Amino acid sequence: MPWIFEKFIGDYVMLKNFILRAMAFMFISSFVILGAKENIKIGAIVAATGPASFLGDPELKTLQHYVDKINKAGGVNGQMIELIHYDTGANPKKAVTFTKRLINQDKVVAIIGPSTSGETMAILKFVKKAKIPLISMAGAVAIIDPVKPYVFKIVATDRMACKKVMQDLKKRKLTNLALISGSGGFGKSMRKQCKEVAPDFGIKIVADETYGKKDSDMTSQLLKIKNNKDVQVVLNPGFGQGPAIVTKNYRQLKIQHPLYQSHGVASKKYIEIAGKASEGVRVVAPPVVVADKLDDSFANRKIALAYKNEYEKTFNSQVASFGGHAYDSLYIIVNAIKRAGSTNPTKIRDEIEKTKGFEGVDGVVNLSPTDHLGLDTKTGMVLLEIKNGDWTIVK
Amino acid sequence: MLKRYNINTQILLLIGILIVIPFLFQNDFYYEIAILSILNALIVIGLNLLMGYAGQVSLGHGAFAGLGAYISVVLTSNYGLTPLLSIFISVVIMGLLGFIISKPILKLKGHYLAMATLGIGIIINIVLEVEEEFTGGVDGMSVDSFVVFGYEFDNSVAWYILCAVLLVFTIWAFENLIKSPFGRLLRSIRDSEKAANSVGIDVSYYKSIVFVISVVIATIAGSLYAFFSGFISPQEASFTHSIELVVMVVLGGLGRVYGAIFGAVILTVLPQLLTSFEDYETLVFGMIIISVMIFMPKGIASIFDKVVKKKEQNSASSK
Amino acid sequence: MIELFGYLLSGVTVGFIYTLVGLGFTVIYNSSGIINFSQGEFVMAGGMSTVFLLYAGLPLGVAFFLAILITSMIGIVLYKLISLSRDSSQISLIILTLGFAIFLRGLAQVIFDKQLHTMPSFVGEGAFEIFDTTLSYQAVLIMVVASAIVISLYLFFQKTKTGQAMVAASNNVDAAKLMGINIKKILMLNFAISAVIASIGGILLTPITSTNYEVGIMLGLKGFCAAIIGGLGTPFGAVAGGLVLGILESLVAGYVSSEYKDAVAFVVLLAILFFMPGGIFGNLKSQRV
Repeated sequence: MPWIFEKFIGDYVMLKNFILRAMAFMFISSFVILGAKENIKIGAIVAATGPASFLGDPELKTLQHYVDKINKAGGVNGQMIELIHYDTGANPKKAVTFTKRLINQDKVVAIIGPSTSGETMAILKFVKKAKIPLISMAGAVAIIDPVKPYVFKIVATDRMACKKVMQDLKKRKLTNLALISGSGGFGKSMRKQCKEVAPDFGIKIVADETYGKKDSDMTSQLLKIKNNKDVQVVLNPGFGQGPAIVTKNYRQLKIQHPLYQSHGVASKKYIEIAGKASEGVRVVAPPVVVADKLDDSFANRKIALAYKNEYEKTFNSQVASFGGHAYDSLYIIVNAIKRAGSTNPTKIRDEIEKTKGFEGVDGVVNLSPTDHLGLDTKTGMVLLEIKNGDWTIVK
Repeated sequence: MLKRYNINTQILLLIGILIVIPFLFQNDFYYEIAILSILNALIVIGLNLLMGYAGQVSLGHGAFAGLGAYISVVLTSNYGLTPLLSIFISVVIMGLLGFIISKPILKLKGHYLAMATLGIGIIINIVLEVEEEFTGGVDGMSVDSFVVFGYEFDNSVAWYILCAVLLVFTIWAFENLIKSPFGRLLRSIRDSEKAANSVGIDVSYYKSIVFVISVVIATIAGSLYAFFSGFISPQEASFTHSIELVVMVVLGGLGRVYGAIFGAVILTVLPQLLTSFEDYETLVFGMIIISVMIFMPKGIASIFDKVVKKKEQNSASSK
Repeated sequence: MIELFGYLLSGVTVGFIYTLVGLGFTVIYNSSGIINFSQGEFVMAGGMSTVFLLYAGLPLGVAFFLAILITSMIGIVLYKLISLSRDSSQISLIILTLGFAIFLRGLAQVIFDKQLHTMPSFVGEGAFEIFDTTLSYQAVLIMVVASAIVISLYLFFQKTKTGQAMVAASNNVDAAKLMGINIKKILMLNFAISAVIASIGGILLTPITSTNYEVGIMLGLKGFCAAIIGGLGTPFGAVAGGLVLGILESLVAGYVSSEYKDAVAFVVLLAILFFMPGGIFGNLKSQRV
């Protein structure tokens, strides 16, 4: 035992020196990275690990890939883009710290992200104070309603998803809806929106269950729904493993009502995990998921398809709609910088707000001082049904 | 090493460092990290008192900090009380709660105590997530500005000064506590509860006091953090956060005040340094914890002591 | 009345999952007095390894075997790390195992990925129909295997020489050493056994709940509660604890509030710690002050 003591006393000094040298190295190398010519620094806050990694992972991959692509093609206005990204693990506290770091230390001119609504709400006051434009990749409608000058969000809201589902319910003359929601921010937020929007479509919420995101069995909650005579149809806001388990339990319990899923599971992963049970389930989704099947009413069809193909080829995995949000956010900023001919954050913000007719992965984007969302319900979301393990568009 | 100097010199040294450091700050973000470190250090000092001096492990202290913070925030935002008053009321509530909880919990030993604190922490976390009307739910809620006697703390320097003052005061109070009869009592309890009991010390009462102190400090620090960052979420009360706090205590060295500061600073700064590791960050973090627990389980402050011992040995032998 | 049956059935299904996780805690605690906070990650390792070995093209049986082997080696690595540690106080070991859990999660992120993964059920997708609800074949498989493991553990510790040596060693280390029992080997074996059980649990679970690098966190905590509730002194404790926990959770979700379901495990944990610290079956080990 003693020899380790001595080793460490001697090593303590070495360790200290090493740490100092390592820090000096990182500090200096950050200069090298910056290079002689000034780069355009764009910040990104993503939940690449943790409970929302299925959002942040494709978002980050998309950002890195396309920043690379833009730089290889010559950059923007002759300057290279430097993407400075931080991973928050969906923790709002970290989102705040990293936002402050991006603003004060890294001195970025625009920020993309965060991935989740909770994190976005946490950092709003800081981007406002610093006057740095933010394009969030989260779903909650509260982010852009009311409109905040420096905050944008090119993501179909959960409110839109609710409306899309309820339009279909109305068409099928289903009026009594049961909700079973995941307890994460996404599930809770959409649940709230659906409850608010339901009366507009003449729909009554007759059951309102929730489950924990790590739960392995939802039979109890579903039994309550099954035994509720009023229920005609079930909607499951949520993401991750939850909805897949709900779907499997649903079939096991032989519940006959139609089942609807949210855009949280708008990826082939859901079909893979839920297996045969997903047959016949209707899922509201951003159009990019079925880019190859869209018709002409979707003017951004080509871009969406190109993105889908490139993502799947580069990363060897199914496209996730969330990556599309990252793509749109990035290109809107880049185009704004091009138009502004400057990297002044306020000028960038002004140009972002003037975006018209931008063909993005999520739809055709038209921003204005009163609309920081830019998407419309008709083309912002599609309703899909799973047939034979694949998506089909519901007309 | 620091024991050579008396309390006052140590405090002066600390004040000196706190005054000098800001001049090394290159931008506002450094303040953020410094303030965070100090607030973490405060919680850790309290936790250190509980774990190091009273020998009671708590795996749920993040929850106390979080709950205390929520009470302060809710009282300010929803009921319009001034922040200072809210924090005060929160301290009273959490102190009482801490006392009530401590009675049954501190009867448990070792692992069981740790597990109980873990259970309580997680239950508090779940309640904060579920009771949306009060807490804003999983997504958290935003926090009003921190206004004290008409002055609004809206810049980093003001916050830094506030936190630094608080830190110095806490350390001074702590050091005095340790040197006092109360402190000796605590140490005797830590060394052997049975012996302490046999000389008539009401062990459970003192353990409760220590528990309450640690909860109160956590409440204050947690509340200040919420006001500083302008946002609060149930993540503050998560198991992960509680573990981070415990790691800070142990990293710095159980039972050493300055170790507590060390641990807090290192664990607050480390994630910032690790961002360049991207995907490997969790992996590296885990490796660091494992290495420290294997090679420096008494904490980094213990390394200091060994360096000093070695120097003393050398100078003694060379005489 | 019918719903009650449904709740009970689903509770039992989940309960056996908790049992499998809890068993690992019990085995390690009984032999070394250590609470292994990375037990949940062993479960994750079993499931994830199998999935990726299958992706690599290996046949099911080989994938199982390798995954279990890999996880048992992870268990041994943890043992080695613990024995390397120069401070065996409880708090140090708790943090060490927590650090190991974080490490394993980080490793899984990097070696595997962050996605969800699943496997097809091993006994087909069918299910038994009982009244108005169903019990999947996979769930039955879990019950059967979990019971088999519990019984084997019991027989092993009570009836075989090695097992009895282990029990003796944990009760009185010095006497055991005097009798020539190799403590180190025994502890190592226990860690390996615990890891094997966990990985089997992870493998069986995956077709039902899918797996990913984070799956270990909550499972570990709940399995841990199950072990404490049932009593750490015997493998039957994990069974009792797991079932009680699973059923209670299900009943609370069904009759009280589905939002507080997660809290059930910890409320029961606290109740047990305060009123019956030994758990249902009691704790054979004496209190360590």
